[in-house]
Amino acid sequence: MEKFTNLTGIAAPMPLVNIDTDMIIPKQFLKTIKRTGLGANLFDEMRFDREGSEIEDFVLNQPAYRKAEILVAGDNFGCGSSREHAPWALLDFGIRCVISTSFADIFYNNCFKNGILPIVLPKEDVDKLMDDASRGANATLTVDLESQTIKGPDGGEIAFDVDPFRKHCLLNGLDDIGLTIEAAASAIDAFEAKASSERPWV
Amino acid sequence: MTNPRTLYDKIWDDHVAHEADDGTCRLYIDRHLVHEVTSPQAFEGLRMAGRAVRAPDKTIAVPDHNVPTTAGRNNPDQMPEDSRIQVAALDKNAKDFGIHYYPVSDIRQGIVHIVGPEQGWTLPGMTVVCGDSHTATHGAFGALAHGIGTSEVEHVLATQTLIQKKSKNMKVEITGKLRPGVTAKDITLSVIGKTGTAGGTGYVIEYCGEAIRDLSMEGRMTVCNMAIEGGARAGLIAPDEKTFDYVKGRPHAPKGAQWEAALAYWKTLFSDDDAHWDMVVTIKGEDIAPVVTWGTSPEDVLPITGVVPSADSFKGGKVGAAQRSLDYMGLTPGQKLSDIEIDTVFIGSCTNGRIEDLRAAAEVVKGKKIAVKRAMVVPGSGLVRAQAEEEGLADIFKEAGFEWRLAGCSMCLAMNPDQLAPEERCASTSNRNFEGRQGFKGRTHLMSPGMAAAAAITGKLTDVRDLM
Ligand code: SF4
Repeated sequence: MEKFTNLTGIAAPMPLVNIDTDMIIPKQFLKTIKRTGLGANLFDEMRFDREGSEIEDFVLNQPAYRKAEILVAGDNFGCGSSREHAPWALLDFGIRCVISTSFADIFYNNCFKNGILPIVLPKEDVDKLMDDASRGANATLTVDLESQTIKGPDGGEIAFDVDPFRKHCLLNGLDDIGLTIEAAASAIDAFEAKASSERPWV
Repeated sequence: MTNPRTLYDKIWDDHVAHEADDGTCRLYIDRHLVHEVTSPQAFEGLRMAGRAVRAPDKTIAVPDHNVPTTAGRNNPDQMPEDSRIQVAALDKNAKDFGIHYYPVSDIRQGIVHIVGPEQGWTLPGMTVVCGDSHTATHGAFGALAHGIGTSEVEHVLATQTLIQKKSKNMKVEITGKLRPGVTAKDITLSVIGKTGTAGGTGYVIEYCGEAIRDLSMEGRMTVCNMAIEGGARAGLIAPDEKTFDYVKGRPHAPKGAQWEAALAYWKTLFSDDDAHWDMVVTIKGEDIAPVVTWGTSPEDVLPITGVVPSADSFKGGKVGAAQRSLDYMGLTPGQKLSDIEIDTVFIGSCTNGRIEDLRAAAEVVKGKKIAVKRAMVVPGSGLVRAQAEEEGLADIFKEAGFEWRLAGCSMCLAMNPDQLAPEERCASTSNRNFEGRQGFKGRTHLMSPGMAAAAAITGKLTDVRDLM
């Protein structure tokens, strides 16, 4: 999992509430052997018409937001099915941070497993950031996980909360595998050395 | 003095690489078997994180679940799109990550749980995992073997460990001798019939007793294979001379001085006399009859001499489940099991796809003709197939009207084109009779290879002892 420390990037506004995982990645894209490649179909039904052409109005199709790395979204982002394909699709598109007043629980957990930082803020803060994000190419936010702050284009700072353990994992890029490596790498090395002398035939 | 320990305790103790303060252990994995269905996202995860396979020399891959079992299967056009992509992904992952691999074109290819022991990858005292629940099969060697999920597959690939909490110890003792016509499959089904599919939940089972000792290695694999159907984490049988004889000389078994060292260690692998058991189940070998399943759970087991039960002969939630099973299976309470007509016979799978199974079936079939719509034998590996051809078994099957297929999982889970049609009724040597397992609305009766062969010959569920 890639570390998340500090991110300066374009924020795209998606004021819609209850954006569900089916909108994020429709089910016809789940028959894959991969976690990558799903970015091409992120928000597929909002982003493309039936002929596969881009829908101009959709925020990520607008020139200013095509390279967005942050989403500022309406309430209850990520509700619906538990598919981990939703964070996989966001990540593959290049989104590393989602800001909202609330998230669906499973989606929220899945974000951390995949190196995405979901930030929950009070409504007035989200409104402010939504407004910042609406300024097109100037909509750059800086999210600093270490200091738990978001800096807006006008220099204003907003603080956010995050669980200390999850913060630790994100800062160090630790998923379950990362945690095992962090907690037990030397123990595993030592075990392997001992086992290969005691049971060399293995 | 150490406390008396079970076989499971001993293997566990020898593999704890790390224990966290909360008691969570990271168990070192000696062998990781990989197949095409549950591994693609795990390899993908490694790639995304820039990780390698920690121990490629302990990682063995073989495609089995999806592969066609018909001639000319090396032509990928034979496979449906999804399957082809999964097999191609395994080809590539095995190559990219440098793990041992038996591609479809290799004569050693076969069902992962048959290939592992056959090639000597599975040895006593090891920890063995695979992204497949029937990994329990390898317990027949006195190896601690369990199935894992895709995220765990990735964890093992990256760290060669599995995060685990210890299970409890259950002893299943089969005393005395089996009667003629009764096999390992009847033992394992009868145990599940007695304990139920959740009876083993939270336990690792050790099978012991004279009837287990008397089994061949093939038979022991059949018994352990279905430990999972009884809900257990794993099934184990302590290694003995039969185990050592089976292992000796296999391609990846130790040789020379290493063999001697291994043997000395393997001989310490048994449960101490006064070891503690959290649960003990005892069944008399002579009480076990040739059995078949009538319902859609492996616990729905009855002697072939029995009749279809009525739903209200059960208790609690099982009443509804039994009624649903009867409806699904299209059976009437009171009907004699031996009157049930069969459309299709499937002999194969990791439960009963080994040479001994084919011999048992061929003995029943020899010189007769099938009386069912279709019957197929799918050997568990290319090597089993070759040996069966050499012994003349293939000819016996073909002359009787069986299809003689190439190795793979085939109709055990019907992920490839080998499937039942709706309401088609199958006598099967596989391990799961769940709704839809062998094809949408397909009806499965589980039984031993001899019993399946008998059904093929008479066209009905049949007591194999009548044909012996
Ligand atoms: S034969 Fe059946 S049970 Fe065995 S590995 Fe294949 S699908 Fe699983």
